[in-house]
Amino acid sequence: MSVFRAALSRELLVLWRSPAEIINPLFFFVMVISLFPLAISPKPELLALVAPGVLWVAALLAVMLSLDGLFRRDQESGVLELLLTAPVMAVVPVSAKLLAHWLLTGLPLVLISPVLAHMLQLPDAVLGTVMLSLLLGTPALTIIGAIGAALTVGLNRGGILLAVLVLPLYIPVLIFGAGAVSAAVDGGAVNGILAILGALLALTVSLGPLAVAAGLKISSGN
Amino acid sequence: MSQPSTHSDAETAPRLVLEQLSCERDDRLLFSGLSLTASAGEIWQITGANGAGKTTLLRILVGLHGFYEGVCQWWQPQWQQELLYLGHQPGVREELNPLENLRYACALSEQGGDPMAALAAVGLQGFEDVPAAHLSAGQKRRIALARLWLEHKAVWVLDEPYTAIDQDGVAALDQRIQQAAQAGALVIYTSHHQVGDGVRRLHLAHGQAEVTSGGLA
Repeated sequence: MSVFRAALSRELLVLWRSPAEIINPLFFFVMVISLFPLAISPKPELLALVAPGVLWVAALLAVMLSLDGLFRRDQESGVLELLLTAPVMAVVPVSAKLLAHWLLTGLPLVLISPVLAHMLQLPDAVLGTVMLSLLLGTPALTIIGAIGAALTVGLNRGGILLAVLVLPLYIPVLIFGAGAVSAAVDGGAVNGILAILGALLALTVSLGPLAVAAGLKISSGN
Repeated sequence: MSQPSTHSDAETAPRLVLEQLSCERDDRLLFSGLSLTASAGEIWQITGANGAGKTTLLRILVGLHGFYEGVCQWWQPQWQQELLYLGHQPGVREELNPLENLRYACALSEQGGDPMAALAAVGLQGFEDVPAAHLSAGQKRRIALARLWLEHKAVWVLDEPYTAIDQDGVAALDQRIQQAAQAGALVIYTSHHQVGDGVRRLHLAHGQAEVTSGGLA
């Protein structure tokens, strides 16, 4: 546990000192969503129709954008080798890294989402569902994407490959995430859909870090 | 001076056995038929031209590189607990200062000891809270080397530890490596610099690996 705590504070510190990594995804999220009403139409009924999908697609791409560099600088500086040869199981520092990454890149998306949902003319009653769906969905996106990032860390230009690897795995999260918000807009029941999102999250949290650690080992040449 | 009475058992214990180890990379044979037995208290220097496979050999030893044939056997199943590995890159993040870098490395390798004292030992006192981005290449390498002054591990695998280190640093490092070997550690390192007398040398060239002084398996 002390290893996890030391690793977590280290990861938070590293991210905090490279603010671009935190601001870029957030800025991307805000930009995409603020451009949509300008490009389509500011009509509330039209926007409310596309808003769940727009919000979720933008969040998904913002998370994916942030993941390309997840392990790159650790790999270039040799920290990854240190991590893989350490007596502690690689999954412990890897989990700390994923948590830190989500706290500083995923959570801000969740926190700003009500403002953006409001901008897209979504009724106030569904803002809670928007936040909750993103709160359950973005950590899953971060972890799934990290598996791809771990597998492509040894490659020079892994960006496109990362997208190809990860996007199919993102689709269930996207469908249920956007689906929950749509259902809320239509006044339907959302609990069931959110429960499925929660199940996806539980699955990725429990198995994802192991897959990420294994991916890093493969990338190192095992 | 060595104290044979306190570590005679440890000195004779084989720590690492390689049998007919060979490795290919990009259709090029790096080395083949490499067999040796390295015991506690020995210092092994691995030499060879650039691209001869020194780093790859070390990566095989520490379990980072799995594409090889032959046997690479450590003395105990939990050998990673006792491994201190310094890679080709120093493992230092530029966003962090020396103390933070070293603390993280210690947490990962479960090393105890006083990080401040270790940094002082490698000549980084006064630089503890300067971001590593502002330090020179030699100082960054010294952050990594500071781990050698922390709690003791039984096997040291060092990839080019002398890179970018100045004369005083080289002398201090020589002394530290010999001290560790006398205390019963097995030290394996790549460099063209020889730590001192009694060092066993493994030379990699033209796909062959040759033990040139002592310690033949």
